[in-house]
Amino acid sequence: MNGTERIANAFPAHRTAFMPYAVLGYPTPQASLEVIETLVAAGADLLELGVPFSDPLADGPTIQAATQRALENGVTLSQCLATVAELRNRDVGTPALLMSYVNPILAYGVRRCVADSVASGVDGFIVPDLPPEEAGELEDACRQHGLALVYLLAPTSSPQRTALVAEKSQGFIYLVSLTGVTGARDSAPPGLAEFVARVRAVAHKPLAVGFGIGTGEQAKAVAQLAEGVIVGSALVEQAGESIERVQELAVELREALNGSEIRT
Amino acid sequence: MNTLTSTATRGKFGPYGGQFVPEVLMSALDELETAYIEAQGDPLFEAELQGLLHTYVGRPTPLTFAARLSDYLEGPKIYLKREDLAHSGAHKINNALGQALLAQRMGKRQVVAETGAGQHGVGAATACALLGLECVVYMGTVDIARQQPNVYRMQLLGAEVRPVDSGSRTLKDAVNEAIRAWVTNVETTHYLLGSALGPHPYPTLVRNFQNVIGREARGQILEAEGRLPNLLIACVGGGSNAIGLFHPFLADQDVDMVGVEAGGESIASGRHAARFADPQRARVGVLHGTRSFVLQNANGQIMETHSISAGLDYPAVGPEHALLRDQERVSYTYATDDEALAAFHLLAKLEGIIPALESAHAVAEVVKCAPAMPRDAIVIVNLSGRGDKDLDTVMQKSGSQGVRESENPL
Repeated sequence: MNGTERIANAFPAHRTAFMPYAVLGYPTPQASLEVIETLVAAGADLLELGVPFSDPLADGPTIQAATQRALENGVTLSQCLATVAELRNRDVGTPALLMSYVNPILAYGVRRCVADSVASGVDGFIVPDLPPEEAGELEDACRQHGLALVYLLAPTSSPQRTALVAEKSQGFIYLVSLTGVTGARDSAPPGLAEFVARVRAVAHKPLAVGFGIGTGEQAKAVAQLAEGVIVGSALVEQAGESIERVQELAVELREALNGSEIRT
Repeated sequence: MNTLTSTATRGKFGPYGGQFVPEVLMSALDELETAYIEAQGDPLFEAELQGLLHTYVGRPTPLTFAARLSDYLEGPKIYLKREDLAHSGAHKINNALGQALLAQRMGKRQVVAETGAGQHGVGAATACALLGLECVVYMGTVDIARQQPNVYRMQLLGAEVRPVDSGSRTLKDAVNEAIRAWVTNVETTHYLLGSALGPHPYPTLVRNFQNVIGREARGQILEAEGRLPNLLIACVGGGSNAIGLFHPFLADQDVDMVGVEAGGESIASGRHAARFADPQRARVGVLHGTRSFVLQNANGQIMETHSISAGLDYPAVGPEHALLRDQERVSYTYATDDEALAAFHLLAKLEGIIPALESAHAVAEVVKCAPAMPRDAIVIVNLSGRGDKDLDTVMQKSGSQGVRESENPL
């Protein structure tokens, strides 16, 4: 089974997938391994692992601060790959995507990055500043190695772009729930159901919703719409506190998805 | 010449440029491109812009023969393109006004902008005041400290200046925050980007609003001298004043062009913003939506830059400059902080013109290259802005001693 297939298979048939995000190297390289293992123990179906970048323009204050701290810890893309390899050594089999801005990948070398990612046990990529129009080289390399390149859609995406991403995205489609940067919000964005329905009308792939989801209650609501719920900033914030806090929130989020049934 | 790059190439300048942005912005970029193409086909838009450039900005700006500087350097005839005399003190207003008119046309009443030296922020605030648009300007706290007069100016013009305290607290971080604000309010907000940077269509759009500089200069030099210049010199941060001057001359193969980057303390020190001069630290990469030369470490993390001039203190260069360099159509060099400072004093003393520290980098280059040029050669230096905003910086660096003695060439 290749990475794309592992990701596609990560979505359980009977409920919405729990897809937590963690910043690699935060709060420390060692503690970030524990954070990830805690997320897996709490029942993560698919991991999104953030590669720190100096200028994360799609991220809000929580992830900005965490990636800054990770960079101060000296974390690099090679170390991120080594962390994934270490997780695989520890028998963590949960499918994992690297979430990285494009420049660290370019600096590493696109083809080399994909080859080394396969060797480290990465299953795919999410690159928030790389729309399909610019992704040719990474897309080719991912296809060659059987890794998923997941594209994003936003509430502002036109019908043409929705069709393009629906066709090109591998494994699932990442729906950005709102027009904004990452970060927990108090309430679910209005119009989410319509947005999801609009995508579902043309896409025959799992849909995962992220941005702004931080509580079990919010996760439960989103689970009625989508095959996956992505939680980032809220968990990253807990990671800055303690492993126990991460576990508490992860369990809350995961349990909120029990019995979830998508109402289309 | 005045059209957008075909949409089929998504704003590529050879291998540079493009649209490396979060998906949420893609539709806004399409909307902007469409609005601009429509505006170009609308004689009323062009008439309104030209009318304002004439009656409000004060264009055409003069082309001044710098007689004493030419004599002093014992070199070619040096002309100064006086963008410092444009309303609000720099070339930035040309683009700010054009984009503000586009925002109005798109029905967007809110504008966000970034600023480094504050000149673009002032330009944006001015254009927004004129057209009745709301304006929020993001500015790094380091830049706020060194460009206080411009901060107050923006506030007087009704803009809100939001301090940015992340990263290097300069222009790069102000762009990050402006983009985040734009992402959040994309449906009601226009991002008024200030340089020939960022995702397509900005590099082309900004260049087209700025090439009025070169079009005027071309006509003015032909009138004054009856022939084209031998050399054009402009400073390059993002590169909008340079591309604005250069672009209308690109087809004139006998006109040489030099872009001057910020050499900061020195190239070897790493404390500079010279993307083309430091192959150790600058490689092709992606920052703020465009692929170009970017100062970065081996791991692709963007480096903090340094320049005495806030407006050149930025780690990436406009993508069209990267292509013009590959094509060897334009050559790029740098001036250090000290060289720019000396040129600042020289121009003030010899010509009665206090240049912006950004523009002083271009003056520093003419100081270097003029003595080796024939006396009958003609050089145009783009004086992109005036230096009032830099008085604090210069006083701190030079002190009164410097003004009395060492900086006095006479």
